[in-house]
Amino acid sequence: MNFYLTAFQQAISALWSYKGRTLLTMLGIVIGIGTIIVMVSIGQGANQAIQDQINRMGTNLLYAVSGSSKKGGVRGGHGSQPTLRLKDVKAISQLCPSVKETSYQINGVVQAIAESNNWGTTLQGTVPAYVSITNWGLQEGEFINEQHLRKVANVAVLGSVVAENLFEPGTSIIGRKIRLKKVPFTVIGVLTTKGRTPDGRDADDVIIIPYTTAARKLMGRQLPGMVHFIMVSARSKELVPRAKWEMEAALRQSHRIREGDDDDFIVGSLDEFADAADESTAIMRLLLIAVASISLVVGGIGIMNIMLVTVTERTREIGVRMAIGAKERDILTQFLVESLTMSIVGGILGTAIGIAASRIISVFAGWPTIISPESIVIATFFSGLIGIFFGYYPALKASRLDPIEALRHE
Amino acid sequence: MSSPIIQLDGVRKIFPMGGETVEALKGVDLTIHEGEFAAIMGTSGSGKSTLMHILGLLDSLSEGRYRLGNEDVSSISRDKRAEIRNQKIGFIFQSFNLLHRSTALENVELPMLYRRPAVSDRREIALKALKMVGLEDRADHEPRQLSGGQQQRVAIARALVNSPPIILADEPTGNLDSRTGQDIMKLLTTLNQQGITVILVTHDPEIGKTAKRRIILKDGNIERDESN
Repeated sequence: MNFYLTAFQQAISALWSYKGRTLLTMLGIVIGIGTIIVMVSIGQGANQAIQDQINRMGTNLLYAVSGSSKKGGVRGGHGSQPTLRLKDVKAISQLCPSVKETSYQINGVVQAIAESNNWGTTLQGTVPAYVSITNWGLQEGEFINEQHLRKVANVAVLGSVVAENLFEPGTSIIGRKIRLKKVPFTVIGVLTTKGRTPDGRDADDVIIIPYTTAARKLMGRQLPGMVHFIMVSARSKELVPRAKWEMEAALRQSHRIREGDDDDFIVGSLDEFADAADESTAIMRLLLIAVASISLVVGGIGIMNIMLVTVTERTREIGVRMAIGAKERDILTQFLVESLTMSIVGGILGTAIGIAASRIISVFAGWPTIISPESIVIATFFSGLIGIFFGYYPALKASRLDPIEALRHE
Repeated sequence: MSSPIIQLDGVRKIFPMGGETVEALKGVDLTIHEGEFAAIMGTSGSGKSTLMHILGLLDSLSEGRYRLGNEDVSSISRDKRAEIRNQKIGFIFQSFNLLHRSTALENVELPMLYRRPAVSDRREIALKALKMVGLEDRADHEPRQLSGGQQQRVAIARALVNSPPIILADEPTGNLDSRTGQDIMKLLTTLNQQGITVILVTHDPEIGKTAKRRIILKDGNIERDESN
């Protein structure tokens, strides 16, 4: 331990006596590590932003929609034949232990009319579980409850975009009347603003009413018990794939689909969006890290080069050390510690510059960046690895010198 | 007489040189006893440098036997030779060979750094050695801030710090003026009087006179071996 401490002190003093040269040599490592830190922080920032956007839609979300139908060899597109029914919802809640909450909805398009304004928007007939599954909150009022559902109540909850377009800002909206397809509704709540969905729609341009009301009073001509969209939450992130599998099994059973036949529904999860987003950023990141790695290798070669020069310059010193008892291992360690010190200091400088650059990018370009402790640890580890890898050959060369030749060296 | 510390038996050293071989030592028999002050002398090319390298375990021998103390060191590994150099032999060179970026004290500490097991109170031992050569007040000076004579005395302190039984001095006065050279020789004589075996390598007959015994080499053989 004592020996390594002294070796480290000697390395510092040796490197310090050639400050300019040491700094230039470290530059390759500094740039390489700095680039990697910046790239990883931008990548992770972008990833987090996408994750946040998806999480805003709901946590561990899965959905089922009607799939393609097949009648006499003619295959319609997805949703060509509405195949999901309330009994499917029941099947899912009974047969899927990995599913925490289940909600379902029918969708339509309506022209909403308030006192003096009107606005065309999306109508959703759904159930109380919908808000908790989608992590949605209310600005004011309340969401539809079981009683509304049972009583087929004419109540509506407005998305923030709809609320803004139907009513004057600043006025209280709760208790006011709107008409949907000539049916009067009482506004009982306004949802918080959610922003855009991953596919670019405005999630806040919506009116939500009880499923029963929508099915019986507004879309009565459609098949009874029909459901456009089933949305559930899994018990945990890890259980999402299992929940998907359970839902597929439950729906196949409920639809009496035989083995080998195509499903007439589609089950998906929002994680799939996240995975797709991950994949595209990962490829980009990989490319940039490859470029940064080349810079690291170039930096390492720089270290090797300067260490070879150092060994030649200090041949006589090596001879003296050998004469007074340094073993091969001692000389090897001394020069390895020197190259290691150079590369790790370079790595730390690079990390510092990388962090600073990420902050600057965050502020000026407005990109979200995340500095993770892992990336710092990995960067330091890699710079150390480079120091050892590229410092080994010069150090080995030094340790193999013949003491007599070395002492004669001018 | 005291027991032999160095025994060479028919030592030969052959160097390959561009296809041919050169025999630098042609079968040297030599015994040096504990506490002797011997000078190895000869002109350049006589083989005195090669003999010094072999005595100092800086080089291996081609043939023959070398006993150092009670140990046969004729064919030991590089690392083992380094270990014995560290503990048994103190080197003094013509050009001092101090590390120029280190202080006098750090230079003196250096041999202890390579010693196993590790020495804990290196600083005190090094200071004591510097005191012995009269340079304790120069401990923090770097070699370039010291005169030639002072540098050589730091080198002697460095040679002494592991308390070796043998000091091997290669032309220790070669880079010094005659007055300073005499001081260094006096210091070596004092060390010899304290019981250390001193082996001096020189081509200068005047310096050789300081030693009690002179071994004169010529063409790889001992030509003369004379004592006072």
